[in-house]
Amino acid sequence: MNKRSILLISHGHFDNNSLEIIADDITHEFLHPVELGESHLDLNEYYDPTRRQYDGNKLLKFLDSVSKPNSLKTIGLFGVDLFIPILTYIFGQAIFNGRTGIASIYRLKNEQYGLIKDDDLLLDRFRKVVIHELGHTFGLVHCYVPSCVMRSSTYIEDIDQKKIFLCNKCRTQVESSSHIY
Amino acid sequence: MTKKITLLIVDDEESVRDSLYNWFIEDGYYVDCAQNAKEALSMLESRNYDIILADIKMPGMDGLEMHRRIKSLNKDSIVIVMTAFASVETAVQALKDGAYDYVTKPFDPDDLSHLIRNAASQIALQAENEVLKNKIISLENIEDIVGNSDAMMKVLRDVESVAQSNSSVIITGESGTGKELIARAIHSNSTRKYFPMVSVHCGALSESLLESELFGHEKGAFTGAMFNRKGRFEMADGGTIFLDEIATISGKMQIELLRVLESKTFVRVGGNKEIKSDFRVICATNRDLKKLVENGTFREDLYYRLNVVNIMIPPLRQRLEDIPMLVDHFIKKYCTSMSRDIITIEQSVIKRLEEYDFPGNVRELENMIERAIVIGNRKEITLKDLPLGKDIVSSSFESLDDLEKKYIFEILTKYDWNISRSARALKVDRVTLYNKIKKYGLKSVK
Repeated sequence: MNKRSILLISHGHFDNNSLEIIADDITHEFLHPVELGESHLDLNEYYDPTRRQYDGNKLLKFLDSVSKPNSLKTIGLFGVDLFIPILTYIFGQAIFNGRTGIASIYRLKNEQYGLIKDDDLLLDRFRKVVIHELGHTFGLVHCYVPSCVMRSSTYIEDIDQKKIFLCNKCRTQVESSSHIY
Repeated sequence: MTKKITLLIVDDEESVRDSLYNWFIEDGYYVDCAQNAKEALSMLESRNYDIILADIKMPGMDGLEMHRRIKSLNKDSIVIVMTAFASVETAVQALKDGAYDYVTKPFDPDDLSHLIRNAASQIALQAENEVLKNKIISLENIEDIVGNSDAMMKVLRDVESVAQSNSSVIITGESGTGKELIARAIHSNSTRKYFPMVSVHCGALSESLLESELFGHEKGAFTGAMFNRKGRFEMADGGTIFLDEIATISGKMQIELLRVLESKTFVRVGGNKEIKSDFRVICATNRDLKKLVENGTFREDLYYRLNVVNIMIPPLRQRLEDIPMLVDHFIKKYCTSMSRDIITIEQSVIKRLEEYDFPGNVRELENMIERAIVIGNRKEITLKDLPLGKDIVSSSFESLDDLEKKYIFEILTKYDWNISRSARALKVDRVTLYNKIKKYGLKSVK
């Protein structure tokens, strides 16, 4: 494959098998190879003690400024609780039509909601969040098709309702813009 | 295709602007940002935004003041105010000033999405409402004015140019030419279109009845006046009053009418309170008002007060080229209302219609086509379906009901109101005849 890669950078510990599954999903949906990487970024300077959360805006800006020029897109994977100033929390965020996105697994865990731990469900949710944020970097807006992965999700129940795939309309949009990439 | 919702975010904090910008861009909205109220107001001068999300606390001018200025600019934008400090007083003030909603930062992501979705659906409903209103107006008033002859085009041009003014209009034309239709077109293309158009058929009412009809009456004003009643001038407040057959009103009513037109105030019959009403007057007549003025039966001052604009509708015989289009229109109208397939018409019939002089004008043609559809073979209108024979022609401008009424009356008179003999002659039973007499209000002249 002669296409530019999408970079998945783990900030914190993530199971390798899970990362490879996510990489396969990305290749399947966006038809680009995926490279996995790790970062040992000190997250303390992104921590907001009053909110006891990490500033998603600052993280996104930093990752965008250091992303490798030869990679097509970069998605930062986090295990911490992210926020942006206007919202109480976020699952992820991306620069629309840009090169960078972030996704956090923290709020996707059943345990955060007093439910029994479910690793399979957790991985499913994380796969969807990563694909969703990556979709925004490809210029996809929120989709009204209930099963489309680009449907807006503000609760984990919303994430569970949708599938991991792009709907035909969103897929066509990505494919029609593939010449740019 | 639905219109893309436009959003303006006004906040002095860059991180808030950026976050909101990103959030709404991902939702597919068109988004602009301003860092203070002054910048926002100058942006609003050059373009409209559907939704404005404004911080309540900003240096220079706060969100509430900005909201008041936006409203004074008469913008239709929905304004949502946001603040980092929840305060009931400011929230109440914002809502009192007409803000759509009030949110406290940081928002729950779901609340924010819902808020904007609700505002967007309100905008979509408003737009849809506007489109439907326009559709209704065009359906009611333009569809029924049929014809592309030069004479009709001139009438439509006159309607267009007079509609936007508040001037009084006199519509003249022979009976059946569609004077009320033109009055409705003027009303619904005017700025008064969302207020009522009230019609009064002056010729059908006696002087005292017309007075009570136009000005209303107070309880006890005359025998039978059990309750207060609003008059037509009062009902037409903000809209248009259409006075049909204006030439028939008495001298006394002419004086009353002139006074009301000059002062736009009147007193109900039996009342003493002066009532104000803002209406536009459109009159119609099939008589030559100028001649009536000359021979002294119509007041000159009232004539000039009413005759600011005169629209003359030509009789059908002067626009014969409109007949095929009118026939087509009436066939569609009546076949649809009778739930029948659209039928055709023989070319020879059209030719014959074009030779006829239509003393009853468009109304006569309409009745002819309706009758032909009712009695015809349901496939094609032929010559035999039309009452174009000499005897019938003379009265064919009347409706079927009018013809029936006249015929029953003739038979009753012939048999000296003997119900049994009349019913036999009419080939109906006595009960049917009694019902018809009741329906048409027939009375023996003896």
